Amino acid sequence: MKKRIYLDHAATTYLDPRVKKAMERCWSDDFGNPSTIYHEGRKAKRDIEESRKIIAGIIRSHPDEIIFTSGGTESNNLAIFGSANKYKKGHIITTKFEHHSVLNPIKFLEKNGFNVTYLDVGKDGIVEPHNVERELRPETILVSIIYANNEIGTIQPIPEIGKVIKDFREAHLEALLLSGSKASKWAVFHTDACQATGYLDMDVEKLGVDMMTVNGSKVYGPKGIGFLYVKRGVKLIPVMYGGEQENKLRPGTENVPAIVGLTEAIKIADKEKKEEMKRLTALRDYFIGRLIKEIPNVFLNGHPQKRLPNNINVSIMGVEGESTVLYLDNFGVSCSTGSACTSDSLEPSHVIMALGKDYEYGHGSIRFSLGKVNKKSDIDYVMKILPNIVKKLRLISAIK
Amino acid sequence: MKDVDNWYYSDSVKKHFFHPKNFLNDDPRGREFDTVGEIGSVACGDIMKMWIKVDPKTERIRKLKWRTFGCATAIASTSAFSEIVTEKGGMKIDDALKITPQDIIKRLGGLPPRKMHCSVLADQAFKEAIKNYRS
Repeated sequence: MKKRIYLDHAATTYLDPRVKKAMERCWSDDFGNPSTIYHEGRKAKRDIEESRKIIAGIIRSHPDEIIFTSGGTESNNLAIFGSANKYKKGHIITTKFEHHSVLNPIKFLEKNGFNVTYLDVGKDGIVEPHNVERELRPETILVSIIYANNEIGTIQPIPEIGKVIKDFREAHLEALLLSGSKASKWAVFHTDACQATGYLDMDVEKLGVDMMTVNGSKVYGPKGIGFLYVKRGVKLIPVMYGGEQENKLRPGTENVPAIVGLTEAIKIADKEKKEEMKRLTALRDYFIGRLIKEIPNVFLNGHPQKRLPNNINVSIMGVEGESTVLYLDNFGVSCSTGSACTSDSLEPSHVIMALGKDYEYGHGSIRFSLGKVNKKSDIDYVMKILPNIVKKLRLISAIK
Repeated sequence: MKDVDNWYYSDSVKKHFFHPKNFLNDDPRGREFDTVGEIGSVACGDIMKMWIKVDPKTERIRKLKWRTFGCATAIASTSAFSEIVTEKGGMKIDDALKITPQDIIKRLGGLPPRKMHCSVLADQAFKEAIKNYRS
């Protein structure tokens, strides 16, 4: 097979060989069910609890605040439906450009009686903390805001939003106490950190979040594994029922190999993110600079600096994104239109539309996301072929 | 690896997408074409435009050129449509008006269900052009 250049790390990553190695013994040797009390089970239990401790050390939480799940989608669903199950009704704040695994559960709740505020994200794709402040109400049960957007990589001011929510709670504490209700509403703050994990600060104290979603498949870990950080005191009612695993919040035999792999991946990311961030930021800016300079009518989506070091999202005017992706694929380059989850949909990217741009920007958007294997020569190759692809597709295009 | 080397769409879609036939290269000059029709919108993500030259005596299509903004199947279905109506000395207008989206899909060796509407656009753009020609 021809050499491939993989530029879609925001969709998923390959496994880091060190992660694969760490997982190896868990398949056939240390295979026990952690809920059993004999030797194999105790060993598996120890693997999970060790993993929980290591992750807790990295995100600065207590180990019992880590709930292992099957990944980002399940963690987001647990955070949202878990809160909704608890409060039955109320007000939810989110943004217009969340991942579909946040947006669609919340839309479902909206249809079933919850009030929802979808915050604007401005033309740069960044939520203003004072907009969150303005929308907070005593009946707000949940605020869910993505840490770094999956399509355009823009980084949200999570610590500032956390502070705004904390201040609001304190101001209303008295009212809450006076109401005497045990199920007092408490504007729980959740963030989806799936894209952020590999690069940004994950300290939950500094972030000021009550719940945080992390998954393995974006950080060179295995697929089908993730966790939800749930701060002590935050009450969730489970969405699945079965055994009493994971603090009674997530039934089912734990996926021990994947948990061990996820932990190794997060450990590596924590150790190497500083260097990798520096390297990729330079590569990103080099790529963006060349795209804008060398292809006419190309526009960057999202803030140029306040974005993930690996994210490049541009709208190429007059050309539909899927066509560009398939031409690049034919030349051995892998990238996406918007998010991989929506490439089956014919709608323009809801993220690009949330920036207040025209349909042409939405249909013409294309995302490159860099990662460990990428070098400057990969970018140079793309810049050798892409201008000609665009030229050809523009020649065919009915929009001039 | 056979499955992944098979393309996302059919071989025929692939051929028409990477090597489209009859697209309009240079803007039309003077009376190069008798009529033009356009369908679609940027909002829905596909726009098709067709330019047609008709033989006034025989009512056969002498030349059909197009431009399309859209996905792979939108491009491929316009290209396939242009082939159908211009091959073998050109179709008669009335026969060409009878071409259905299913005919285009058949020519393309099938399309994924969610992409069916792209082929609907090709025959619609043609009908628009003929409407303009006859009015």
